[in-house]
Formats: sequence, C-alpha cells, structure tokens
Amino acid sequence: MDSAVFVSVILSVISAATPLLLAATGELVAEKSGVLNLGVEGMMLVGAVVGFAVTLTTGSAFLGIVAAAFGGALMALIFSVLTLTLLANQVATGLALTIFGIGLAAMMGASFVGQPVDKLPSLYLPLLTDLPIVGRILFGQDGLVYFSFVALGGTIWFLFHSHAGLVLRAVGDSHDAAHAIGYPVIAIRYGAALFGGAMSGLGGAYLSLSYTPMWAEDMTAGRGWIALALVVFATWRPLRLLLGAYLFGGITILQFHVQTMGLGIPAQFVSMLPYLATIVVLVVISTDRSKIRLNAPACLGRAFHVTG
Amino acid sequence: MLIKRRTFLKAGAAAGTLPLLGKTAAADEFKAGYVYVGPIGDFGYSYQHDQGRLAADKALGVKSTYVEKVPEGADAERVIRSLADDGHKIIFTTSFGFMDATLKVARDYPDIYFEHATGYKRADNMATYNIRFYEGRYIQGVIAGMMSKAGVVGYIGSIPIPEVIMGMNAFILGMRSVNPQGKIKQVFINSWYDPGKEADAAKALLDQGADIVAQHTDSPAPLQVAAERGLKGFGQASDMIKFAPNAQLTSSIDQWDNYYIDRTKAAMDGTWKTGDTWGGLKAGMLKMANYANMPDDVRKAAIATEQGIRDGKIVIFKGPINAQDGSAKVAAGQTLNDGDIASMNWLAEGVEGDLPK
Amino acid sequence: MRLEIVPRGERSRLWAYGSPILAIALTLLTTLMIFAVLGKDPLESLRVMWIDPLTARRGISELFVKGAPIIMIAVGLSLGFRANVWNIGAEGQYVMGAIFATGVALYFYDVETFPVWVLMIPAGILGGMVWGAIPAFLKTQFNASEILTSLMLTYVANLALLYLVVGPWKDPEGYGFPQTRLLTAAASSPHLIPGTRIHLGVVAAVIIVILGWFLLSKSLLGFKLKVAGQAPRAAAYAGFSTKSLTWLSLLVGGGLSGLAGMFEVAGPIGQLTPALPTGYGFTAIIVAFLGRLHPVGVFFGGLVLALSYLGGEKAQIALGLPAAVTKINQGILLFYLLGCDLLIRYRLRVVPSKRRAA
Repeated sequence: MDSAVFVSVILSVISAATPLLLAATGELVAEKSGVLNLGVEGMMLVGAVVGFAVTLTTGSAFLGIVAAAFGGALMALIFSVLTLTLLANQVATGLALTIFGIGLAAMMGASFVGQPVDKLPSLYLPLLTDLPIVGRILFGQDGLVYFSFVALGGTIWFLFHSHAGLVLRAVGDSHDAAHAIGYPVIAIRYGAALFGGAMSGLGGAYLSLSYTPMWAEDMTAGRGWIALALVVFATWRPLRLLLGAYLFGGITILQFHVQTMGLGIPAQFVSMLPYLATIVVLVVISTDRSKIRLNAPACLGRAFHVTG
Repeated sequence: MLIKRRTFLKAGAAAGTLPLLGKTAAADEFKAGYVYVGPIGDFGYSYQHDQGRLAADKALGVKSTYVEKVPEGADAERVIRSLADDGHKIIFTTSFGFMDATLKVARDYPDIYFEHATGYKRADNMATYNIRFYEGRYIQGVIAGMMSKAGVVGYIGSIPIPEVIMGMNAFILGMRSVNPQGKIKQVFINSWYDPGKEADAAKALLDQGADIVAQHTDSPAPLQVAAERGLKGFGQASDMIKFAPNAQLTSSIDQWDNYYIDRTKAAMDGTWKTGDTWGGLKAGMLKMANYANMPDDVRKAAIATEQGIRDGKIVIFKGPINAQDGSAKVAAGQTLNDGDIASMNWLAEGVEGDLPK
Repeated sequence: MRLEIVPRGERSRLWAYGSPILAIALTLLTTLMIFAVLGKDPLESLRVMWIDPLTARRGISELFVKGAPIIMIAVGLSLGFRANVWNIGAEGQYVMGAIFATGVALYFYDVETFPVWVLMIPAGILGGMVWGAIPAFLKTQFNASEILTSLMLTYVANLALLYLVVGPWKDPEGYGFPQTRLLTAAASSPHLIPGTRIHLGVVAAVIIVILGWFLLSKSLLGFKLKVAGQAPRAAAYAGFSTKSLTWLSLLVGGGLSGLAGMFEVAGPIGQLTPALPTGYGFTAIIVAFLGRLHPVGVFFGGLVLALSYLGGEKAQIALGLPAAVTKINQGILLFYLLGCDLLIRYRLRVVPSKRRAA
C-alpha cells in the first residue's frame, strides 16, 4: 500500500468513526449519571436534519452545528421529562423517542430532500497540512472531527478529574446516597441527558454536513444503535470508546477492501465482520469481571424519586 | 378551519364508468393508488416513482394516494387491499417484493387494475412494468472506457440480483467496446439504502485504483466522494448534478412519468389491457442526464451510443460475450432474449469479484 | 403554586386501568391539534386513524395478524426483563427462527401429504433459541453484556438471511430475485377463518399469553423471576442462580421470537425474503413495558401498537398524510402511555407554598 492510499484509508476510517464517537461520548456521560437513553438513533436523525436545514437556510455551518446540538438536546429533554420527572420506564421511552425522532426528522426534512449543501470546511494550515502522511490526517480534518476528540478529552477530565464529574458518577452509582449527601440527583441527570442529546445531535450533523453532505430520510441507517452498543463495549470508559469507535469504523472500511480482493468469500459474510469483531473484542475485555462491575453505573436505567 | 385538500375537477372519462367498491369514495372521482417501499424522501427509487405519480396527477387531473415505507412482507397485502377497498381504480405497486401480495389482491378485485413494477407474475388485471436501466449503463460504460486513465471503474452494488448484474455486464460491455482492457471492481454494500456505507464503498474502490465511480445504489454520496477527490462518477435514479457539478458525467434517470400517465389514462378510458412493459430510452422511460464534465469527443460518442440504442443499431447483449473466466457465454451472432437478460446470473469478462452461488 | 409528585402507599388499582385510558384521551387531544395544524378535519382524521382500521373489511382480523408476532416476542422478552436480562436482539432471534423453519420447509419441499408446518414449529423455536443462547453463553461464561452481543447478532442474522436468499436458497424459478420458493400448502400455517388472514400463529400468540400469565402468577419460576428483578441480592440468598435465569430468559425470549418468525414466513409472508425483518423485535421491547411486563398487559399493549400501525396506513390512504406523521403520532401515543403510568404509584398534589423542592 503506498502512502497516499494509506492516508486515504485512514481518512475514511476517521469519517466512519466520528459520528459514532460523538454520539457515544454523549451517551456515556448520560449513562454514567444513571440515565439509559436508547433514543440515540432518533436524536441523531433530528440533529442531522436540523443541522442541514439551518446550514442551508442561514449559510452558516457553525449555526447549523449549534442548532443540531440544540435539536438533539430538545429531544433528550422530552425523554428527561418523561423518565426523570414522570418516572417513566427509560428503556421503553428511549425506543419511543427513536420512533418519534424518525417521524419528526422526516417531516422537518421533507422540503430539503434533494438539495445539496457545502461540505464542512477542513482545516488547512500551510506547511503542516502539507506534511507527508500525517499532514492531512492530523491537520486537515473538519471542525467536528477535532471536536469529537476535544469532547472525549473533556469528558475524561470531567468524569475523572473534576469534582462535578465525581458527583455525576456518584449519582449514577447510588442515587440514594448522592441525594442523602445533598446533591440534586434529578437536576444532574437532566444535565447529563441533555448533554447526551446534544452530542447525538452533533453526530447526526456530522452525517448530514460532512460524511455525506445531504439530507435523506433515515440517513443514519442504524448508527445510533451502534453508538449505544459502543458504550457497552467500552464498559463505560471513554478511552475504550475511542478504541471501539475506530475499531468499528476501521473494520467497516476494511470490509470493502476485503471484498475487492476476490477471496471468494460471499460479501454478506464479509459485511458481518464489524459486528463479529465487536463481539469478540468485548468478550476478551469482559472476562475480568471485577473491573466491569466497578465501571457500570449501578443505578443505570433506574428511576429516582425523592421520598418524604 | 381550512381544509387544504385539493379539489380536482372530475376527470370526464372517469365519471361513472365502473362501479366503485369503496364506500368512502365519491362516485365521480377517479383515484389512483401507489405503494412505495421506501420513503419518498429517500431521493432515490421511491422519490422517482413519486415524481411520476405527481406528473400523472397533473396531466390527468387525477386524485392519487400513496402509501410509503411499506415493508415487503406481511403488511403489503393489507395496504394494497386497503387501497382497493377505498375505491382506487388503478394501483401501482412499485417494488419487486410486492409481487405475490399484488397478485393475491388482484384475484379478489377483478374490476381494479393492478400494475406491479419489476416483477414477472401477471394476471388479466395485473400488468408488469420496468425500465431497461441497463441501456443507460452501457452508455456509462462507453464514457468510462474513454475517460478512465486507469481503465478501472469502481462499481457499488446493493444486492446481487439480476437487475444489478445485468447493469454491471452492460457497463463492462460498453466499456470494453472502447477499451478492451477495461475492468470493473465491484463491491456490494448489502443494503438497499445507507448513504454512509455508499460513501465508504466509493472511497475503498477509489483507494483500490479505480478512477471513476458507478453505482447501483440510490444516494448521491458516491458522487460526492468522487467530486471531493477530483474524480468523476455517474448518478443514479435522478439527475444528481447539483450534488457534484464538476464530477457527474451523466446519470440514468428513472422516468416513470409517461408510463403512469398512459396507464392511468387507459384505466380511465376503459382501454387498459394487461401486459409486460420493459421500456428503455426509446420508450422514454429512461433518460440520460446532460453529458457533462467530459471532452467533446466523449460526449459525441455518448450521444451516438444513445442514438444507436434508441434506433436498435446497438444491441447490448449480442455475442460474442465472454463470461468472467474467459469462456464463451454468448456465441457470435447470438442475442440474448429478454428472459435471459431478466434472469442474468453470470458476470461478463472484465468484472472482478464473485457472485453468491 | 406547583404540582408535587407524592408516592402512594401501594399501587393504585384504579389508575392501573385508568392510566392507559387517560393516555389515550391525551393522545387523541394532541393528535386533534396536530391534524388541525396540518389542515385536516380533526374529527374525521381521528376516525380514520383509530376507528376505520377496526370497521374496515377484515379490520379486526388484520389487527390480530399484525399484533400476533409482536405479542409473542414481547411475552418472552417481558419474562427476561423481569430478571434484568436485557435481550434487545429479539429481532435477530426472530430472523433466525424464520431461517430454521424455512430450512425445514425447503428440505421437505416435495412432501405434500404430511403437514410440514408441524416440524417447522420446533425448528423455528430452536433457531431463535440458538441465537439467544449465544448471548447467554457469552454472558455467563465471559461476562459479555447481552445488550451488545444480542444487538450485534441481529445484524449478523440479517446478513445470513440475505446470503441465503441471494445464494443457496434462491428460488430456482424466481428469475434470480432474492427470495426462496413460496412455501407449499403443507408448509403453511393453517388458515383458520376463511376470508381473513387469521392463521394458527394468531391462536398460538393467545395461548402463549395465557401460558405466560400462568407461569408468572402460579409457578415458582414466576416468583423467582419477580424476586430476581426486584431484589437481586435477595434472590442470590434464596439460592436462585443468576446464571440459570440468564439462560432461561434468553432461551425463552429467543424461542418465542423464533416462533414468531416461523409463523410469519409460514403465514402471511409465505416465503423467506430479505424484507422479513421489519423491527418487530424492537417494537416488542416497547410493548413489553407498555404491558408492564405482564403477559396480559402485553396482549393489550401489542394490540394498541398494531392498531397504531394500521391507523397509520389508513391515514396515508384516506388523509394523504405522509408516513412521518403517523410515526410522530405513534411516538406521542407511547410517550403518554409511558408517562401516565406515573399515576399508578404516585399521585399529584398541588402545593401552594413556595417552599424549595425537596
């Protein structure tokens, strides 16, 4: 493989991994606070359509991206009111949110079908971007790719090195204890869930503004589900999330290269690779039971209500 | 409260020709029904059918109904039946998977005309129709043969069915008619619809040395990838030039309009007859988007090829054609008939990759 | 003045039945407003969506045909959810059941005298169980989360289905289209009521609801499931092994999903096609919770959801609404149904003071 092809493959992998990483980072924070929102697919779709629509009508990709985050967060707000205030079941509400989001996004996007939009601009730094091999990979990405790393780094810092993050984790691990100490459990969960929604919205915006700059119904094509699975895959550790998103994205790209090699393996089997590899790696990293217990938020998906 | 339902002038011929079954339908309204497998917002296959529906409505003043995102399983029969019960006089079911459901309902409603796209089962009141998409692929092949410096085209397939296979073969035949060394590298994304994966597949094919992208998937994503890399490609289903002004060479456009107009009109007049329509460039069911982003000689060759197919001077599946392994598949002087083409399950010489056995 | 949510001492029997009624009333009110905004006659629209599907020819029977697979899957899932086993891959187990059953049907394709469907039933159950057993094995042996493994296996099952219908099982007379032969009469789920699509699978769904109810309320196993879900530690003290509950949940959930898949190919679909997976496995998760993880509740939840699908089709046909609107309505219905359940355990109290929230 010559270096140009190598660079190009790496760039493809980054594109495939970024929407997953964005959405999964948000979901990880939400889950760490004890909120299990299975509506990622719906929130991504709303983010995708809002980001596209606002970018197209205002001409500003920045506004589009902000609006996408806002749209995703609004979806998460519906979820939060239902599950945190009205104590509805989180699993079912998340799934209902996906159905609602698919419909809402389709309706909002009806008039934007078949319209092009400019792709998000990529960074260009003279000299640096022109460096061989690493130039385009490190210094030639668009804003959302860089942001996915910033958000991940910020999440690591927040969760494990800040007091607020400690409180958030405490809420996820034992809401009763956290409440007894005096932390506002519900408010913290609202915040985490909204952050999750905003990040899903950004994941969607990456699809409609950078990955494939257009709007088409159901264009997420199941990526929200993969993002959810990656949080489990990561056993709630942000760095493993990075590994998971790039592993999944990498194998997704690799499968097409494998197909063109003419190995005589039916394409359907090659397409199974990303899913099978994720299972295998999960099995390998899950065998140490004690570590997973420590990471999994003990109150994940459980409703909290102040009594007395 | 405003009721925005459009009130159409009743179409003269429709008034009281046949008794309507549905109790909710006004007796003087001719209604046409359409069943789509995808959302009309897919900007691809279902979108193009809906464009045809709108054209027919406009031309004939007909009130039509569509049901979108209908799964090709247990639900199809119910939806088609509902349309029949609701007084639709002609019902177009636009995807292969609706075949048996359409046939079942057609048997129960002998007074309603059924039209099934891309299938092969017919009845006295059930006709079939399809587009000779492969004609456009041949032209694309000719263009690619002249334009590709590497002599390698990356071809994105959805699922290996005859429709896709005949397109690939037509493409390589067109390509080899101008460049005998031309090659197709193919990838199947195993999905009918996933813009992201289409883009991924396009990137992989270009990384593997292809310098032109062709696709049998619906979204403009592969074209966008080609454009980004300063390479060229072909659109699919609709004109996608807006998405890649500097990259789209041409696009095979599904043109259902005329068929929907003709058949609906025949149903209104009472002249409707069953049959099988497989129309291409000549019938106006397939249109090529403006030949763009290519030198004049290539454009001229493309136009000549298009004309040749229209006139019948170019017969695409005419021997000698070799199979993938170089063995003779169609002898010199022989021509494949429509049945052979419609059930094609072999790849021609020049296409790399396998088909499932 | 503000509203405060106060826990009741015990579950309110009144609201156990009242909350879905309130939810449906709220949904109707909300959809009325949506229709008004969209410029449709609101009352006519409501009739089209919620009444026409039932009064239409074959209406009631279609409701059951649509609801049966969802109910079947949801009963299985609800047992597992009670034990905190998160099988979200029922969709894949459903597909595998259909694949196994079709395999039997194709193997005995020439048999006309023997009712092949009798053999397809265990095959379908087995297929679903095999696909459920993998997450169970990975969970109990390697501690790998069943959420991820069962979901990933759904994609694998769909690709396996695709491989079979474009490859070895492709109908030899089908012009190369990706589907198997139509199943023979001997391999079809018997039709029970002429003029409708009611088939044995619908009856099976009802039987499963009754069996599930019996299992849950009358058997020791049902008790174990309840305890394991509500107090895992207590369950451990009582000697219930989480391992065996994991196995049981995934095998029952998988088996019933597989059975649903078998009845869909042997019943209304009639052959294996790539369009088999339509999301029933995911819909069933919602239905399981709508039914409050109780088989009888699941039965009604499944019918309500089936009705919303049918109503969505009617709305497209009679009102010219896009599918998106029906999805939105479905989402709203679910939101209200889930939200109103609050009233079973809690009551609302108006608090006049400005006291800080507790």
